[in-house]
Amino acid sequence: MGRKEENIAKAKDLMNKLPYIRNIGIAAHIDHGKTTFSDNLIAGCGMMSEELAGKQLVLDYDEQEQARGITINAASASMVHTYQNKQYLINLIDTPGHVDFGGDVTRAMRAVDGCIILVCAVEGAMPQTETVIRQALREKVKPILFINKVDRLINELRLSPEEMQQRFVKIIAKVNELLARFMPEEFKDKWSVKVEDGSVAFGSAFNNWAISAPYMKQSGLSFKDIYDCCQKNDQKSLAKKSPIHEVILSMVITHLPSPDIAQRYRIPHIWHGDLESPLGKAMLNTDEKGPLGLMITKIILDPHAGEVAVGRMYGGKIIRGQEVYVAGMPNKNRVQQVNVMVGADRIPVEWVSAGNIAAVTGVRDAISGCTIVDSPDIEPFERIVHISEPVVTVAVEAKNTKDLPKLVEVLRMISKADPSIQVQINQETGENLMSGMGELHLEITEYRIRNDHKLDIVCSEPIVVYRETVLKTTPQKFEGKSPNKHNRFYVIVEPLPEGVVKALYNNEIPDNVKKFKKEAIKILTDLGMEKDVAKGVFGIHGLNMITDVTKGIQYLFETRDLIKEAFDEVMRSGPIANEPSQGVLVKLVDAKLHEDAIHRGPAQVIPAARNAINGAIVCSDPTLLEPIQRVFISTPQELMGEASRELNSRRSEVKDMTTEGDLVNIDALAPVAEMFGFASAIRSATGGRVLWNTENRGFVPLPRQMQADVIHKIRERKGLKPDPYPPEYYMG
Amino acid sequence: MTQTIGSLTFIGLGLYGTHDLSLRGLHELHESEAVYAEFYTSRLGSFDHHAFEQQIGKPITILSRAQTEGADEILAAARTKHIALLVCGDPMTATTHVDLRLRAAKAGIPTRIIHASSILTAAPGILGLQTYKFGRSTTLAFPQKNFFPTSPYDVIAANLKSGLHTLVFLDIQAENNRYMTATEGLRLILEMGQHLNDTAITDDTLACVVARAGSENPIVAADRIKALVNRDFGPALHILVIPGTLHFIEVDALTAFAGLPPDLGRLLHKL
Repeated sequence: MGRKEENIAKAKDLMNKLPYIRNIGIAAHIDHGKTTFSDNLIAGCGMMSEELAGKQLVLDYDEQEQARGITINAASASMVHTYQNKQYLINLIDTPGHVDFGGDVTRAMRAVDGCIILVCAVEGAMPQTETVIRQALREKVKPILFINKVDRLINELRLSPEEMQQRFVKIIAKVNELLARFMPEEFKDKWSVKVEDGSVAFGSAFNNWAISAPYMKQSGLSFKDIYDCCQKNDQKSLAKKSPIHEVILSMVITHLPSPDIAQRYRIPHIWHGDLESPLGKAMLNTDEKGPLGLMITKIILDPHAGEVAVGRMYGGKIIRGQEVYVAGMPNKNRVQQVNVMVGADRIPVEWVSAGNIAAVTGVRDAISGCTIVDSPDIEPFERIVHISEPVVTVAVEAKNTKDLPKLVEVLRMISKADPSIQVQINQETGENLMSGMGELHLEITEYRIRNDHKLDIVCSEPIVVYRETVLKTTPQKFEGKSPNKHNRFYVIVEPLPEGVVKALYNNEIPDNVKKFKKEAIKILTDLGMEKDVAKGVFGIHGLNMITDVTKGIQYLFETRDLIKEAFDEVMRSGPIANEPSQGVLVKLVDAKLHEDAIHRGPAQVIPAARNAINGAIVCSDPTLLEPIQRVFISTPQELMGEASRELNSRRSEVKDMTTEGDLVNIDALAPVAEMFGFASAIRSATGGRVLWNTENRGFVPLPRQMQADVIHKIRERKGLKPDPYPPEYYMG
Repeated sequence: MTQTIGSLTFIGLGLYGTHDLSLRGLHELHESEAVYAEFYTSRLGSFDHHAFEQQIGKPITILSRAQTEGADEILAAARTKHIALLVCGDPMTATTHVDLRLRAAKAGIPTRIIHASSILTAAPGILGLQTYKFGRSTTLAFPQKNFFPTSPYDVIAANLKSGLHTLVFLDIQAENNRYMTATEGLRLILEMGQHLNDTAITDDTLACVVARAGSENPIVAADRIKALVNRDFGPALHILVIPGTLHFIEVDALTAFAGLPPDLGRLLHKL
């Protein structure tokens, strides 16, 4: 038996010994060395040959990921590590480093209990470090810190030992500051990282060594030894004396929680079902004998096995051949294969139990983020929080019309595997729209359609997705009449308070307000909403809300679902430019209804309510919002002028500029609309010597002087008449 | 402002065919300068459009639902011409007609009504039920996505509690040529009861069906709901009555004219 096979056998054996399991993730800014780091951990544990590590990127098993040198998808790998004579199973979920795919990171975070934050010693904490820390803490994932590329401080920047120590202190302080900012209340002060207790390690992933305070004590290595080894360019001996997997995995085992401990405090936070129910209890106790609860973080499309669903087992066992449901879907699915993952290999097993990471095939209904359960009426994990939402759209066409059915199929499959890609398929016009997190996100997806699915497609230029909102409260309630004039609805809209928008954004308010009424009312009143307004909330759509503040109107309840339908319609496509609405609070203040149900059916109520909402919006200073990005540029001093010029021509706003040695870091905000083509522009302006990346930062009002022009352009593109309708149009 | 010299006359066609039209109505049709008709609030069994146009010697413009509700066309015509609007049954029974009349009045157009027979009196009449004893009427709607009103059940239940009869209209979707049948209506009522978890109306409750009132071959039936839900009452239109407390004359009439089973009749007599 080879070492790898031996380890697989050990892994199977450890699967139900919960205190000896750790589920972890690695989170880092792009290019901070995450893939090399994870590969060396896996290699060190004998899951792949040591010589290959650092060269063959196991977790980056997408051909394209390797070509681009960035990790696009989160795959998983299991490792066995011996610590203090006991064997441990460590399940590593790789998380993508590129910002554009925030959905994947969040999903991976939900599947783990602890996380190694990787920071480059040269660059320090970067904007994306902040993002991943926020994502980890929001899922109550415990962090530890690894400072990478330490050798470069010595060999390239030629820092003295004192300077080096100062640099570490600065990085650790910055990380702790970020941690404190996003820390869940219960873990304040407990989850900060410290050199002394060993929750911080330093090293070089590329050269395969790492060191921490406890390991120094244990091995007798001193700080000076390390400094000298690096200076003498003898990192090989460091890798022997202080191998990275030894140090890091021991740190993981000591500082990160096992599933049985973590699930106790994480389940009430990430699962909104009844904790007293059998599944609730099973998941709180990580009980393999309870009902099944498997949260899918990723769908991998395998050329042989088809769709493979990878996720975290929170409760029960998933067994080969078992009949399961995807929560919220009516049909039984039969599990064909159950696997554990080792790099790109799936190792078939009979079952995987609670607390582990599983990869299953045969569950047709599964999509990224769904919950697999063993009976149909089970509460799923809440809708997975997406910190970013689609901001760019392209129209996709098949080059050969005969491929149209295949294109539809492929687009559906893609959005199943990556729900942050939204697909709109119009069978009638043949126009298919694909929306994503940014230009690059869509380019990569286009590449996949062409290469993985062998489909020739033509894509339009990217188009920005705008939002519509209101800036003030409707001055006077707006009356919407039904076509038969027998029913009238009176509506006021107002900007939804910022706190509520934020809570919606962070998914703190259950989508299904009908089912979780009490909970929703409490959250909303705590956020300062008037009791009557909070009590009346009967619909949420994106970052918008509708509430019924009328009193004692007979039969109104029979029309509520129809009013909600009209509300959804307007929120999907607003009156200004048929773009989605955001931050709008719709208040139903009065209604006059016909006595007989026949006169207030869908054909009457939906148009009446739609007119009332549209009309109220039009009267309330409606405004277009545009998506903005944080742009982070790192440029050598001498190219500073070129880089700034590129930024300045794009309506950008520089937030911060810092100098570090020869490098200047520029932190700026710029509209997504202006950032198209930035990649090639800055590359040609600076000969590719400038590092940069972007992060979506939500929506802000489009400058007033640009509103009319942009509105006209959007409406023209959509085949609408150039100006939005005046209020009279909706009075009927 | 243009001076109004036209008028709008609502003419009831009565229940079935064109023979329920009053002589006065016929006279008005001859006098009018243009004739419109709307059939979406109800439908006239065996109405022959062309034959009728020939009979009155002028074309009839049939208005769609949107044209009736929008009303712009007919109101514009009525400003300058004497317009007749043909409707089924007795005008003003449909709220839409009242709305149209109000808008005409607002535009300074004089209006008149030529009455005709209506299902509101014909249904009690053909069953032998007393018109004094009817409570609020209601209509059963075809359930649609997000729309399953149960208020008709509440109306019937409230009437039953007060011992009153309920006239139950059945949905008409003229644009889809879809007319609710009596059996569909009865099933819907039972479904609402299950939905509301209420037992005021069960399949043991007495119900009456009238099909094609005003025609040569109407069907009239009275029985427990469970005995009616599987019967075929033929083509539209149908209507239901859920009787409340019955006077002995009413029981006799239902037995004599609506086929109320004798044993049920005897039972009702004892109550």
